[in-house]
Amino acid sequence: MVVCALKTHSFRRYFFLNVYMGLSFLASVGRFRDLVRYGISSSEYIYFYFYSDALLTIGLYFALLNLYTLVLDEMKVEKYLRLGAVVLLGGTAWFSYAVINQSSHRILSHFAFELSQNLYFVGLVLTYVLWGAILKLRETRTRLIQLVLAFGVYFSAFAADYALRNLYANLQPIWQYTMPVLGCVLPAAWAYCFLRVSEEARLAPARLATVSR
Amino acid sequence: MMAAFIFVVSVVIFLQFFVFYCRSLIAVSAKQPLSPEVQEVTGIQRAASGDDFKRVMQLLHLCPERPEDRKGIQAVGAYFQLLNLVASTVARWIPSTKSWTDSERGHCTYFAAIALERRISFSREMLAQQMDS
Repeated sequence: MVVCALKTHSFRRYFFLNVYMGLSFLASVGRFRDLVRYGISSSEYIYFYFYSDALLTIGLYFALLNLYTLVLDEMKVEKYLRLGAVVLLGGTAWFSYAVINQSSHRILSHFAFELSQNLYFVGLVLTYVLWGAILKLRETRTRLIQLVLAFGVYFSAFAADYALRNLYANLQPIWQYTMPVLGCVLPAAWAYCFLRVSEEARLAPARLATVSR
Repeated sequence: MMAAFIFVVSVVIFLQFFVFYCRSLIAVSAKQPLSPEVQEVTGIQRAASGDDFKRVMQLLHLCPERPEDRKGIQAVGAYFQLLNLVASTVARWIPSTKSWTDSERGHCTYFAAIALERRISFSREMLAQQMDS
């Protein structure tokens, strides 16, 4: 995806998206190293996986902020967006800690998992609000619309996956395959978007949300 | 309880985003005209029909694959299956959704036909490059 963004001269414009993808790549390399060295059921791999996932979710959060900034570009509210994002991030971390503190003795490892799950859900709500803003502001940049929609698909799929893991923790053999599969969604959709959709392409988002009769 | 709530909300929002995303992919290709050659091959003369989707996909799989197209085609293929599911379940009780699913399935076919056109021109370019070298 980063290569596609560089190829289409979009790296700086979507800086945090590219930074997130770069970090995601590094995390994947680290995970693979631990997988080969310690095995899939080792605590080293599991700890690295969930801690890096919590950090990546925070990175994804800032990538979403990048899209908010682009959509609300003309309103000059960047400062308030940053403040709001930090407050929301802090609030989510505090909530996750409060939940874990009541129910678990292994605070740190469960905190990473709980924080990821809650951040995915908060990210999902924020993406939904952003989609609402796109419809309301009649944003027409096709590339931006597709990036936001891909974000929505990704966040909602992960939020559902995390929730199912919590509900059915005994189905671990299945869950070990869902995350890698879902993890391909965002890079594939973004790479497709950068390659296929030009920055100048325009689309009426209201057309996507209406049902023609 | 919290996890169940998150799950239900996530699935509903996922379906909504997935449909919008697929429609955005289709909307981009809807602006591109089909060449007379592909019209002839696919049999799409005026409006594309959902019934032709399977045949166009079969033609698509005959052409050399382009990696950058693969995910979009898979997403629209999944959207088409979802529409089929809606047509065979919800549309039985709510007939007004039938015309919507038919129209959307037709758009999916047009998307596949555009992808076929890209693959044909890609194959031609590859062949021309081989001939040159």
